[in-house]
Amino acid sequence: MSKNVALAADGNAAALKAENKKSFWKQVKNQKTLILLSIPFVVYVIIFCYVPLVGWIMAFQNYKPAKGLLNSEFVGLDKFKRLFGVAPFPKNDVFLGVIRNTLAMGLINLVLGTVCAIAFAILLSEFRSRGGKKVIQTISYLPHFLSWVIVAGIVFDVLSMENGMLNKLLVGLGIVDKGVNWLAEPKYFWWIVAFTNLWKETGWNSIIYLAAITSINPDLYEAASIDGAGRLSRIWHITLPGLKPTILILLIMNVGNVLNAGFDIQYLLGNGLVQRYSQTIDIYVLKYGISQGDYSIGTAAGIFKSLVSIILIFLANRTAKAMGEEHLF
Amino acid sequence: MAELTKAIAEEKPSVKPKKKSSTSRRSTGDIVFDVINTIILIVFTVIILYPLLNMVAISFNDGTDALRGGIYLWPRAFTTKNYSTVLSKQSMPVAVRVTVLRTIIGTLSSTFVTALLAYILSRKEFLFKKQLSLLYVITMYVSGGLIPVFLVYKKLNLTHSFWVYIIPGMVSAWNMLVLRTYMNGLPDSLAESAMMDGAGHLTIFFRIILPLCMPVIATVSLFTAVYHWNSWFDVMIYNNGAKDANLTTLQFELQKLLSSVTNNSASAETMKEANNTVTPTTVRAAATVVTSLPIICLYPFLQRYFVAGLTIGGVKE
Repeated sequence: MSKNVALAADGNAAALKAENKKSFWKQVKNQKTLILLSIPFVVYVIIFCYVPLVGWIMAFQNYKPAKGLLNSEFVGLDKFKRLFGVAPFPKNDVFLGVIRNTLAMGLINLVLGTVCAIAFAILLSEFRSRGGKKVIQTISYLPHFLSWVIVAGIVFDVLSMENGMLNKLLVGLGIVDKGVNWLAEPKYFWWIVAFTNLWKETGWNSIIYLAAITSINPDLYEAASIDGAGRLSRIWHITLPGLKPTILILLIMNVGNVLNAGFDIQYLLGNGLVQRYSQTIDIYVLKYGISQGDYSIGTAAGIFKSLVSIILIFLANRTAKAMGEEHLF
Repeated sequence: MAELTKAIAEEKPSVKPKKKSSTSRRSTGDIVFDVINTIILIVFTVIILYPLLNMVAISFNDGTDALRGGIYLWPRAFTTKNYSTVLSKQSMPVAVRVTVLRTIIGTLSSTFVTALLAYILSRKEFLFKKQLSLLYVITMYVSGGLIPVFLVYKKLNLTHSFWVYIIPGMVSAWNMLVLRTYMNGLPDSLAESAMMDGAGHLTIFFRIILPLCMPVIATVSLFTAVYHWNSWFDVMIYNNGAKDANLTTLQFELQKLLSSVTNNSASAETMKEANNTVTPTTVRAAATVVTSLPIICLYPFLQRYFVAGLTIGGVKE
């Protein structure tokens, strides 16, 4: 491309263009097989990923399945106004609460998840026994491969009021007098979700940090210990700075997913009692969209989620760029 | 438990001799650090393992006896009744068949198709490489959302059918990137010399590239297989109608058990089955063990492939 531009600047642009055109068709002919092979992939991605985007029109309509996309009445931004409770629509505290829950749980997961994965990776890398390290690693990955359904079942058992091990432990230690009904208390819900995520993913998320730690130059550690630095100060002054690029890249990637992290576990653990703190955007879409058949409002909520995700990932990327750090694009 | 004791057993010999031999070299601070580190890691391991082992113990315990609580790592009143209850459930044969079929068909088709796309996009001479890549990469960040997607599947007659498990997720942009990164790392000369000998793209793909990509293909197919084995949401959304009993999966059946426990309809069930001495809790424990057994048995052997895949993906980003 740049070569072409340079040539064109030399003045024989027209001739070059004609030649390019000819060679373009020649290339197409040469690449017949590749192009033919790629056609099904184009069709596939359009049908399954881009046609649904056309459905976003529903958010601006009073969509009726019987009338279809073409004949439903357009209502402008009414559905969005209703979602956010902007006049003339009544206040919609439910959806605002849903946004709060999604953001809160997403951020708690992001911060706690990152910190714990890094801490675990560092502790593991400082562990002296090779065999023991391997065993701990293998065990720590295990929950990642269990389905959310199984994990939710485990959480129910651990937190159960009568026989749950957490209540047993707390009562045994004398911290509480009698068992707490954890899953019925709205104020605990976010933290239960956070700890469940930690239990399931800390080991798995630490893999990438462990790989980054192994790639830090060992001479640095040696030099530091000659200078009299202890273990903790070596971790603080060498390991953590060495991990910084990895941490930033993963943070940027995960910031875009903050709103995506809210379906399975909230849906499986949630119940009527904690609904005000457990409902996330995805659950709201499911509830109002599919179960109650209000496709328009469900789609509007979905669009809102996509937009916020994209804005978040751009903001995170911009911040990293401004700080002179590594960035995605 | 065996693994845990092994971990502890391996711990002791490695810590003790060091303490003796290296007191001259290692400071007390160093030793304190090691001791605390070991304690933290052991506590962490116990937190991960204990709920799982407890679940196994409960699954082998008598139902009414389990209600008393106090079962830790070993069943108190041993029985296999929970397992026979789970395995004799009417939906069980169907769920097992559908889960196994979707895992096998889904994994094979998805890996093959995604690898073919990765091959096309790894050809440096391909004219529309950029455009086609972009078309797929965008899908990683933008999606139509649940409802538009649902309506499209409905229009395509994919709902209430087995194929909704297979077709929509067939090409994965993420897996494509992982495979393409690997293929880009292979020397160009291989494909070029085959071209000289008159081999077409399909021959090169099947005979040269695929065999060379086996490690990363193993990784990608393992991820896909785990995804298929663990999915329950698509069953609930697309195949949850009155006539869809023959499309259920193990995870979805387990989810139904779970929600029946949480909705407190459980007590009625307990009464009914009281003479059988199984309770929803113990039956669910058995069902959990059955559904997670294949993964737990296989994954220690496949672990290095999982890890390899993650690192390739990480390098890419």
